[in-house]
Amino acid sequence: MSKQKYIQDLKEIKDLMNKSSKFISLSGWSGISIGIVALTASFIAKYLVDFKLAVYSKTVDMQKLLVDLTMELTITAAITLVVSLVLGFIFTYNKSKRLGQEIWSSQTKVLLINLFIPLAVGGMLCILLLLKGIYVLIAPLTLVFYGLALINASKYTLSEIRGLGILNCVLGLIGVQFVGYGLLLWAIGFGVLHIIYGILMKLKHQ
Amino acid sequence: MKSIIENINKAFENKVRLGIMSILMVNDSVDFSTFKELLGVTDGNLASHIKSLEKSEYVTYTKTFENRKPKTTYYATEKGKKAFKLHIQAIEKLLK
Repeated sequence: MSKQKYIQDLKEIKDLMNKSSKFISLSGWSGISIGIVALTASFIAKYLVDFKLAVYSKTVDMQKLLVDLTMELTITAAITLVVSLVLGFIFTYNKSKRLGQEIWSSQTKVLLINLFIPLAVGGMLCILLLLKGIYVLIAPLTLVFYGLALINASKYTLSEIRGLGILNCVLGLIGVQFVGYGLLLWAIGFGVLHIIYGILMKLKHQ
Repeated sequence: MKSIIENINKAFENKVRLGIMSILMVNDSVDFSTFKELLGVTDGNLASHIKSLEKSEYVTYTKTFENRKPKTTYYATEKGKKAFKLHIQAIEKLLK
């Protein structure tokens, strides 16, 4: 009888420690939806690049083509970012309601601050590279900084996020070495890995 | 065997007190309303259990003002953290 009570006590201690110090409401659907958005964006980007190069390169001057393409890709990236954030937020918001964990708690703030510091540095670096015309490094570097951001934030949420971060960093570094595969690696990192981790999280924390 | 049972701390036998200490072990400081939310207990119930932990010198607090309203923030003392760790170790040994 008392043994049973102590087992129950330990379980409650663990639950309370997790619930009070970590943001545990991260939804698997957030990962899956962000992955699908990222894959769609990758296909659009691939289409834009191939289509423009194939059809227009002979008729329009190269300079204008590059300016147009950069503009369109930047808009695609911006839309992708916004849609991902909105979808990621909606699913996680629903889950936090279901678990009874407040969405805007001190844990959320700590998580977001730690996520956004590396992300903001990476974002600014990519904008600087964009302005300097160094395009090839942007896709891999977004992976590297996103990975670092996840590793940094993983202490304050579900621990699986750490693995996702490390894999993204590795993909980013491969992308810097083999610049031609930047978009493909980006699609794997932001698309496929998000979907896989989303499914894993759904299976584990259901 | 006797020493294990000695370490099982009466102060943590109660669920609410056990909960308060668990939360304070992983958070530097916690305010009253956060406790209430996490533990799902009434004001009076929570206050009396915090009082009893204060009496054992396991928990301490600071009072500040936020928008002219008093706000109490609670901390675990070194003594409290030590006692809690011993309590957990004792439970774990008992379950082995």
